[in-house]
Amino acid sequence: MMNIEEYVDRTAELINLSLNPEHRPGVVVNFERIVAIAQLVTEFPLPPEVEAAPVFEP
Amino acid sequence: MNADIFLDKADAVATAAAVKSGKITATAAVSAALERIAVADRAFNCFTVVTPETALADAEKIDNSIANHENPGPLAGVPFAVKNLFDIGGITTLAGSKINADNHPATRDAAAVARLRQAGAVLVGTLNMDEYAYGFVTENSHYGPTRNPHDPARIAGGSSGGSAAAVAAGLVPITLGSDTNGSIRVPAALCGVFGFKPTYGRLSRAGTCLFSSSLDCVGPFGRSIRDIAMLYDIMQGPDADDPVCTQRPPELCLPQLDRGIAGLRIAVADGYFATGTQPEALDAVEIVAQALTNILKCGKETVKKTTNPPKIGGLGTVSIPESDRARAAAFVITACEGANLHLDNLRSRPQDFDPATRDRFLAGALIPAAWYLQAQRFRQWYRDRIREIFQQTDIILAPATPIAAPLIGVEKMVIAGQEILVRPNLGRFTQPLSLIGLPVLCVPVKRTGALPLGVQIIGAPYSEAVILRVAAVLESQGIVSAKSIDH
Repeated sequence: MMNIEEYVDRTAELINLSLNPEHRPGVVVNFERIVAIAQLVTEFPLPPEVEAAPVFEP
Repeated sequence: MNADIFLDKADAVATAAAVKSGKITATAAVSAALERIAVADRAFNCFTVVTPETALADAEKIDNSIANHENPGPLAGVPFAVKNLFDIGGITTLAGSKINADNHPATRDAAAVARLRQAGAVLVGTLNMDEYAYGFVTENSHYGPTRNPHDPARIAGGSSGGSAAAVAAGLVPITLGSDTNGSIRVPAALCGVFGFKPTYGRLSRAGTCLFSSSLDCVGPFGRSIRDIAMLYDIMQGPDADDPVCTQRPPELCLPQLDRGIAGLRIAVADGYFATGTQPEALDAVEIVAQALTNILKCGKETVKKTTNPPKIGGLGTVSIPESDRARAAAFVITACEGANLHLDNLRSRPQDFDPATRDRFLAGALIPAAWYLQAQRFRQWYRDRIREIFQQTDIILAPATPIAAPLIGVEKMVIAGQEILVRPNLGRFTQPLSLIGLPVLCVPVKRTGALPLGVQIIGAPYSEAVILRVAAVLESQGIVSAKSIDH
């Protein structure tokens, strides 16, 4: 079982985002929600030819 | 005739006609709007800034141009207001935040605002929203909640809550909002007005505070389909200042509104779009479906068969696959892009964010890149499936929200015996569609003695004219009608 709290703390540290202790529980709850929702996307198999298409014109 | 009674119900086209014909002056039309705002907005909290001085000066210019026999524009003297994420020259763009109140005033108007002003419309102020457009409720902790004009104990929806409520309250006939995941369609549905999210990239977003650039669109609110069509037509056109804005030539919709719906293939979305909702939201879809079936039959046109036999209001159904994953992909993209835009402030002053958005932004900043990219790739996959559906279908109907406006402050709701969170679930039916940039009009279904509910009229990319033709027919039959409260 992944430790969401540890992930939140380490990743926040990595990107120089210091979490106020008052905000941290809410961030963990919201990240848990994102994990559950993102699973619907990440578990879905996509063929390699499906590309992302951001708008970029050099 | 008492001009004020006339003006709080009149649409923009009628108001401009009255101004141009000399029945009323632009100054009178704008003064009446300012008076309504001063009196009535205390109850609804739609406006964050009102601009009487510049509004009256602009109105005077319109009156002078009419006196000089110049063309004052198609929206001559029509008061309008915009969600406070649109730049207005001389005003600080708040985007619903306290943080942005520290910014310098904008130096010029957003492209959409400039085009409406050039057409003779008169800006009277800016409108409340969820902070940085991240929400469906407009319960803004800095500027207070916007209240639903049909029941001030209830939310107006969001994030363009002020924009929808100002039209529903009769304060102004037209407003602008923005839609990333449903932020035009949700408040339009809950407030009982028309709200139009055009195709992604169709209208310039230059000069607006972005939220999630992959999805952000701007669009109009109004009380009539001709107003929606006119605003959309005026705002079309390429803009080098918005890299997403299309180079396609404009396709004017107003001249096409009376073309009817003969021959159109119309279907109702089933599966995902018929679950997770209160029955009354599906009843609203059925009312619209049945009316369209009747209209097609009266015109001796048979309802064109879709892939499934007719079963909802005489129309066939279509299944849009994997729409729960589409909603999830939109959720991930929004959280990631939104958090990235605000990362500096999340680091330096998180305490100044609205608590309703802060923790979501902070969590969004931590999303792994693989999830974001997978969501973007899924978007392409989902787009291809819907392109296939639009080979067989011209218009799809779906509910706009799973429920009518909830009470302010309510966090949970029970749907089909399950307790779920109000805030994210208001976007259940809007979010998958904006993921792939479809044009969607939210129409208010006429129901007596009940809170407003909306139905989404969904078209293929760039089929705005077809969508508006369907809506015009429904409006002419009295099936959809924008409710404006009595003062």
